[in-house]
Amino acid sequence: MTRDRDWFAHAMLALGVVLFALPVWLVLAGSTQSSDAITRGDLSLIPDLTNFSAYPRVLSQGSMGAQPVWHMLLISLGMALCIAFGKIAISILSAYAIVFFRFPFRKIAFWSIFVTLMLPVEVRIIPTYSVMATFGLINTFTGLWVPLIASATATLLFRQVFVAIPDELVEAARMDGAGPLRFLKDIVIPVSGANIAALFVILFVYGWNQYLWPLLVATDPSLDTIVIGLVKMIGVETQTDWSAVMATAVLALLPPVAVVLLMQRWFVAGLTEGEK
Amino acid sequence: MERRTVFGGWLLPMLLVLPQLLLTGFFFYWPAGQAVWSSLTIQDAFGEGVVFVGLDNFTELLSDPLYRDSVVRTIVFCLTVSALAMGLALALAVFADKEIRGKGAYRTLLIWPYAIAPAMSAVLFLFILDPRVGLIGRRLNQFGIDWDYHLNGGQAMLMVVLASAWKQVSYNFIFFLAGLQSIPRAVTEAARMDGAKTWHRFRTITFPLLAPTTFFLLVVNVVYAAFDTFGTINALTHGGPGKDTETLVLKVFRDGVINQDIGSSSAQSVILMLGVIAITAVQFRFMGKKVTE
Repeated sequence: MTRDRDWFAHAMLALGVVLFALPVWLVLAGSTQSSDAITRGDLSLIPDLTNFSAYPRVLSQGSMGAQPVWHMLLISLGMALCIAFGKIAISILSAYAIVFFRFPFRKIAFWSIFVTLMLPVEVRIIPTYSVMATFGLINTFTGLWVPLIASATATLLFRQVFVAIPDELVEAARMDGAGPLRFLKDIVIPVSGANIAALFVILFVYGWNQYLWPLLVATDPSLDTIVIGLVKMIGVETQTDWSAVMATAVLALLPPVAVVLLMQRWFVAGLTEGEK
Repeated sequence: MERRTVFGGWLLPMLLVLPQLLLTGFFFYWPAGQAVWSSLTIQDAFGEGVVFVGLDNFTELLSDPLYRDSVVRTIVFCLTVSALAMGLALALAVFADKEIRGKGAYRTLLIWPYAIAPAMSAVLFLFILDPRVGLIGRRLNQFGIDWDYHLNGGQAMLMVVLASAWKQVSYNFIFFLAGLQSIPRAVTEAARMDGAKTWHRFRTITFPLLAPTTFFLLVVNVVYAAFDTFGTINALTHGGPGKDTETLVLKVFRDGVINQDIGSSSAQSVILMLGVIAITAVQFRFMGKKVTE
């Protein structure tokens, strides 16, 4: 490989990195500038390192009638964690049943889950809303996450992982007198650790980033997620408090980006092996 | 593939699979059934009951030029977003696959945008391209280019395409990079020995070997562009100006949630479901039955 080819690759990759980093840098820089200056059109790429006052302001008070940002962050965090752990839990249980047992209607159970693989919540907006209303789940925290934890993807992923567990391991466990629940707890869950970690990242990001669903089932502002709140803030056409919007955007970005970066190794491996 | 050794009993496994079956039943099958039923009815004139009308909602939809416009707009939008997001990701993945210094850092710096919400990408693009406060948008106007995506439909479409594609690049990058890494070095080395030029080598060897990844990503990207971009488009343009950026999901939302036209909105939902089922079926036909084996 020649030197000048390396140079070209570096240039292209650096360009790509800037393409993704620049918008976030801009928001970070903007959050330290005065809203009046931004409204006049003086948004600058150079941050004012002496002025981070927008952060405590939005965290404690919110902005323009929106909820305080700490509250919206808490709702988003609760929603993301409930979706991630809820989905992982019900998927492990159902995949375990389907792989390690033979029971009546097993094939039907598998296929009825499998068929829902690609059906996103967006295509079922109206009817799901009326089902939610039947259960009294409109404007409740439970309504924000419970309907989103039913999905075939996680079940299929765990099924693939469990099928690959050697038969000898199951036999050995049975000889030692371990029952099915013991085997699940002591063997199956530990050996699936990396897959669980990968799925956690994917589901946490999925839960944190929800927009249409909370918009639909939670009109009560006290249930606003951070993404909903942020979009509400930019919807105010006149007198937008831009530095508050930008500080909120930075705070909304931090948790999912941190989860992806901290768990990058498992996440990348799990994502690509699960889908193929 | 089936397991030879299994545990006995049937009560426990049925209890284990029950939570997921209940949730799937309540939040997939029941709503789907209700959508099909509602799509065959209309509200009566007093809004007190429903009248069965057969396929009227569907014929009305399909003969509505506004709906057909929305279908065409959605298809063009999906294909443009997919092509942009996949093309850029593939180029970056090819460079990141090289043995160069700092490749680990480059990968990390290209993977993190996976965490960005669709609605968030709208907010980020607003600060770059808004005609009044945006870093670039404002300068465009200073240079005498009439840039305002609130008023100009073509510019609004460009804006939502860019924001939607930008957000999806890192996902595609992860998959293309994994695909490239699974190609044995010996294969590309052999081609290099034979003196094949870089571009020729990519076109005749690397790209064909990436075909399964490319096809998988195409399906995922089209589904992403059709549904997940609701947040991006709603936050940036609300489907406007006029209906210039109104994709099918935005139309379902507007007709069903805002205008309360349940019959038509349900018919639209049913058509979307059929579309997703068709795409999934095509995917399994081409991808083989790997998942269910």
